[in-house]
Amino acid sequence: MRSIAALVCGLVFGLGLLVSGMTDPRRVLGFLDVAGHWNPALGVVMVVALAVALPAFAVATRRSRALLGGPMVLSGASRIDRRLLAGACVFGVGWGLAGLCPGPAVVLVLTLRKGAWVFVLAMLGGMAAFELWQRATRRD
Amino acid sequence: MIEAAGMGDPSWLLPAVLGGALIGAAAGAFALLAGRIAGISDIVGGLLRPLGGERAWRWAFVAGLLLAPVAHVLVAPVPAAHLSHSPALLVVAGLLVGFGARLGSGCTSGHGICGLARLSRRSLAATLVFMGAAMVTVFVARHVLAGQGAS
Repeated sequence: MRSIAALVCGLVFGLGLLVSGMTDPRRVLGFLDVAGHWNPALGVVMVVALAVALPAFAVATRRSRALLGGPMVLSGASRIDRRLLAGACVFGVGWGLAGLCPGPAVVLVLTLRKGAWVFVLAMLGGMAAFELWQRATRRD
Repeated sequence: MIEAAGMGDPSWLLPAVLGGALIGAAAGAFALLAGRIAGISDIVGGLLRPLGGERAWRWAFVAGLLLAPVAHVLVAPVPAAHLSHSPALLVVAGLLVGFGARLGSGCTSGHGICGLARLSRRSLAATLVFMGAAMVTVFVARHVLAGQGAS
């Protein structure tokens, strides 16, 4: 049941990214380019998405079990540490270079854009490198 | 400068509102139904972990994302994606996005949507930092380096 929910939610999430124009790096970069012809679309998308998600999360965080069963796993660490800030910084630089983040990049894969494939493969490489680095440092 | 995009051509506004609502609904529904965060870097990254559990729903979520343009094309053509960067730049950007999102425990969806929606201070910090870093990067690329005849 959880996998069916994931399939449907992934599909709706991806459709939202497509409909909102957030799969177009030019529009994303237009929002990030505060000194150029600023494009507010990404800000509107985020505010509306948050407004819709907020009540759902307010209910979800008060529950101990998910509607489809199983425990709620919504919150992890709460400490703002160097790791979080360094990761966000590295992620932000990459996001600013291409105008692509993981969600839109995955959505673009089946549109057969060569650039999206290159980006997704490199992104998977970066994630795999993190896993390897994690294992190497844990052994020390 | 805001007027250039905001008032000149408001055709982006309705899709932005509609798309944003779909994204928020999907993230909210998934939290309620499955009790999990719809964070794309965590979902994809979790599949790369050799001993990671919870694979089935991760694959299903990724399949949903992959199928989105297929579903979209049944109703209307898939919106254009302007990706004019060189492959080398895309490789560097992809590596940074992948590594950074895992190191920082989340990306635009995990911290920016789900984290903020559950009022996490940690996610607010991450979102402000990656937004700021991305804006500085775009500023340097477009207004500092581009001005030096690097065409």
